[in-house]
Amino acid sequence: MTDKDKNAGGSNMNRRDVLKGLATVPVLGAMAYGTWRKTKQDHIRNHKLSKELNMSADEQDYKVYKHDGDTIRIGIIGYGIRGTQLMKAAGFAHPDAIQKLKEQSLTNSQDKRYADFQEQDDLNIRVTGVCDLFDVHAEKAMAAASNIGREGKGGSPGPAPRRYKNYRDMLAADDIDAVIIASPDHWHAQITIDAAKAGKHVYAEKGFSLTMDENYTIRDAVKTSGIVYQLGHQGRQTESYIKAKEAIDKKLIGKINLIEVCTNRNSANGAWVYDIHPDANPNTVDWEKFEEPCDVKHPWSPERFFRWRCWWDYGTGLSGDLLTHEFDAINQILGMGIPSSASASGGVYVWNNKKRGDYVNELRKVPDVWNAVFEYPDLDFSLLYSASLGSNNNRGKTIMGHDGYMEFGNTLTVYADRQSTRYNEQIKSGLIDPELPIYTYIPGRKNADAVATATEQYFAARGLLYTYRGGRRVDTTHLHIAEWLQSIREGTQPSCNVDQAFEEGVAAAMGIMAQRENRTVFWDKDKEQVV
Amino acid sequence: MKDIDYTKWQLWSLVILRVAIGWHFLYEGIVKLLNPNWSSLGYLMDSKGLFAGVFHSIAGNPALLNVMDFINMWGLILIGAGLIVGLFTRIASWAGIILLAFYYLSHPAIIGVNFAMPTEGSYLWVNKNLIELLTLWVLVLLPTSRIIGMDRFLFNKK
Repeated sequence: MTDKDKNAGGSNMNRRDVLKGLATVPVLGAMAYGTWRKTKQDHIRNHKLSKELNMSADEQDYKVYKHDGDTIRIGIIGYGIRGTQLMKAAGFAHPDAIQKLKEQSLTNSQDKRYADFQEQDDLNIRVTGVCDLFDVHAEKAMAAASNIGREGKGGSPGPAPRRYKNYRDMLAADDIDAVIIASPDHWHAQITIDAAKAGKHVYAEKGFSLTMDENYTIRDAVKTSGIVYQLGHQGRQTESYIKAKEAIDKKLIGKINLIEVCTNRNSANGAWVYDIHPDANPNTVDWEKFEEPCDVKHPWSPERFFRWRCWWDYGTGLSGDLLTHEFDAINQILGMGIPSSASASGGVYVWNNKKRGDYVNELRKVPDVWNAVFEYPDLDFSLLYSASLGSNNNRGKTIMGHDGYMEFGNTLTVYADRQSTRYNEQIKSGLIDPELPIYTYIPGRKNADAVATATEQYFAARGLLYTYRGGRRVDTTHLHIAEWLQSIREGTQPSCNVDQAFEEGVAAAMGIMAQRENRTVFWDKDKEQVV
Repeated sequence: MKDIDYTKWQLWSLVILRVAIGWHFLYEGIVKLLNPNWSSLGYLMDSKGLFAGVFHSIAGNPALLNVMDFINMWGLILIGAGLIVGLFTRIASWAGIILLAFYYLSHPAIIGVNFAMPTEGSYLWVNKNLIELLTLWVLVLLPTSRIIGMDRFLFNKK
């Protein structure tokens, strides 16, 4: 420090003192100016883009379903893996399962599944009947159904539901208003038709049908009876799909020419090679009933009973099981309906040896790598489906158009195409950079616009953003069941009604026929049949 | 504290360094203030290393998360402004060191750890948070705010 400075530290504040004391304050002015310039620029860009795209900025509250009115009495048919999930989504879980969630939430503060389940809306229903061909599953279903307090071990259960060995007896019961069908696919048609005839409303898991013919018989039965039918595509409740529809309707990506959807899994469970329950045997399983719809009967096989998705006798393969989720996602956005033609191929390339598949007696017949192309010449686009049960490379969904393309899953991102006609001027002027999204939707974020930061998108893509903040995480299956129940009470049609289900069922059946018959399968839309 | 005798170049270099770090803090704070969607949630959830559990549990508690967001946003703004104008600079520097230590512990540049958040460079043990932290420590030891800065009015009265 110089002598002058030391003097300046004296008691008398002089001009020099003030200058030195405030020397760096103007930097704040520079910061204010810079921030103002940048904010203004972002705002102008965002405002111009919003005006151009005309997408609604606000969160929507279309996910609120009403539960008031009469208590609906439910029967559950099939309490395997999916049946258990559906019952939980409806508000009923086995005390052991709740106990496990509770303990996990105590050891891991991040694990919110217990709290989420406790906070899940009461749907104003009672489960009065359960039906499963395996005694162990049926008993579990009864314990879950009577666990009305959502308690863990040592709780006080409510009245037990009646167990039915034959679903037909359940459908004849007076204290059943509606049924949730989570049986294997080969039973879907018969149970749905019988339920419709008995006047019971139906929530059925996908796939809609096992064969092409069943598509017609199920649809006719449902329409004739007037019951409320909902097919289990819970993707109908996914917010980003609804935003994607708005983006398509507002022509953000222009005329569509190609859609690409995929499935990727790489585990035994993901490939339907499920565990075989040690207590399953001909005494505890009604094998004859399981095989009833099959043309060719098979001897008792625990593999076939638990891993039924691996055989065409009971399942619909990647087409009915997983393509349908993707197809329904696109169908709810575009409403493109049944394709004009389908071609498909695939094979058992991954789970094809005893060691790999943990097979006991026989190898699977249903492919684990499968690809299909559906043509829509009237709409000038192709729908491409590609699936592997031997790789986790999740490729998401992409819709490609002349002016842009969109990628979506839980989030939605729209990009402009470099050669776009609609965005030609904006790309030239620099308002739109084809490398950057023109629109991003992240559920739970306060508003949707183009300027979501790179880090925000990284976090959102990994599910880190909207899960814990702004309240609770809601299960889409729960919402899908809630929508069905509201439709029953109000006498309306739910989002995935039998017409939507029919389109999905026919497309899936065309995919299966194309692969198994090794030909391109055509659809005559006037005659409503495969030609 | 006894004032250090700096040469003119030493003094202004240190002041520029102080202002630059202050600028960085202040702008990071303002950006968060201006963005209604900002939350430390994603950053905390992305934590890795020895202390990841602590940061994850903060993220898992909505009330605590709100407090953390508030402290972080206004901490950055006040530290940044303090360093720039040279007001309560010693406190601002230490607060900055603490904040940066949290960032470093949340996202340590250790072997075998990868973050969702993209980085613009390559780091092993030493990253820019650590360097900024160490620089603030140097500024604590080589203070300038009583010469160039508003601390001159507060602390130099005799």
